[in-house]
Amino acid sequence: MREREDEWTGLMRAAISGDGAAYHRLLKAVTPVLRAAARRGLARAGQPVDQSEDIVQDILLAVHLKRHTWDANAPFAPWLFAIARNKLIDSLRRRGRRIFVNIDDFAETIPSEPAAETVPASEVAARLQSLPARQREVLQSIAVDSASIKDTAAKFAMSEGAVRVALHRGLAGLSAKLRES
Amino acid sequence: MSMETDQLIRTLAADNAHRARPVGFVLTLALLAAAPVSVLMFAASLGVRPDVMTAMHNPFFDLKFAVTLALAISAIAVSLHVSRPEASLSGWAWLLLIPAGLLVAGIGSEMMLPQRLPMMTRLIGSNSRVCMTAIPLLSLPLLAAALIGLRHGAPARPALAGALAGLVSAGLAATLYASHCTDDSPLFVATWYSIATALVAAIGALAGSRLLRF
Repeated sequence: MREREDEWTGLMRAAISGDGAAYHRLLKAVTPVLRAAARRGLARAGQPVDQSEDIVQDILLAVHLKRHTWDANAPFAPWLFAIARNKLIDSLRRRGRRIFVNIDDFAETIPSEPAAETVPASEVAARLQSLPARQREVLQSIAVDSASIKDTAAKFAMSEGAVRVALHRGLAGLSAKLRES
Repeated sequence: MSMETDQLIRTLAADNAHRARPVGFVLTLALLAAAPVSVLMFAASLGVRPDVMTAMHNPFFDLKFAVTLALAISAIAVSLHVSRPEASLSGWAWLLLIPAGLLVAGIGSEMMLPQRLPMMTRLIGSNSRVCMTAIPLLSLPLLAAALIGLRHGAPARPALAGALAGLVSAGLAATLYASHCTDDSPLFVATWYSIATALVAAIGALAGSRLLRF
């Protein structure tokens, strides 16, 4: 546990000093932990645990957009879990208003429910559709078509700088849209 | 279309080069941008009291600025602290006691000096209504700025962060107002400035609970 968290801190420090691969590894490493936490949270709130992926994506976006509030001299895990807790509570609150779930309906199925069953996330993808066209195209190119920033720039006849700006604005837009809903 | 979590992660990693400014930087810029608005509002409506040069020799006049600036500075420090999601108030909240302590010390010293006016007269003063109106109004541009600055952070308790934004803006607005007001008794300050500040903090908490969620 301790070791894993030290590794995260190291990866995040590397990420902040510009190491994109370390950042990718870090996000990959924390995702299963966030998923497990989201499932526990949903179960406790009496909501279907297979909805965890939307929450995971919401947390990842917040981690990304708020990472400048992490103090590089402090361990990463407490910061990460604080972000995760905040987004989890937020998601449960939003869900609570939208869908009514009877705790009794799920209380029995939670313990026996297989851990891997997860409905694909849909919220981020749905928000994508409401972004300005250019930001959406850039995000799709990088996310779905796995294109690099360079390739994306060539494809849309944009400068790499403009792609970076559209990418960041798009990601910030996805998060803002999630917050509004 | 869907976005797999792996795809999202790859996209976030592609954006790793983007560097956001520290919250303190954004907060400072926002406050610097809003300050001239409040100063103009102040200059257009109230202005500095005419006897300011004499007043400056009165330690109780000067104490008002020590109190209001101490409030603004300590609230800035605490608000920047709570703009981090894992932060807790413990160990930091005492900073906010500095302005209160200065005020208590001021009241104590005034009690020990011979006074021309009775205590209640000094407390009620002659500007309480202006004070209660001017401080909240002069606060508004600064409060908006502080909220914009703190939105850049990730406060786990948005209402608390909003209340602190209110204290920042009330502290700065009260600094302006203090140069107009002819009531220098710490008793007046402790009463009316505090009520005005509490009002701004409440507005900040309300706004923060909506605007500072991330």
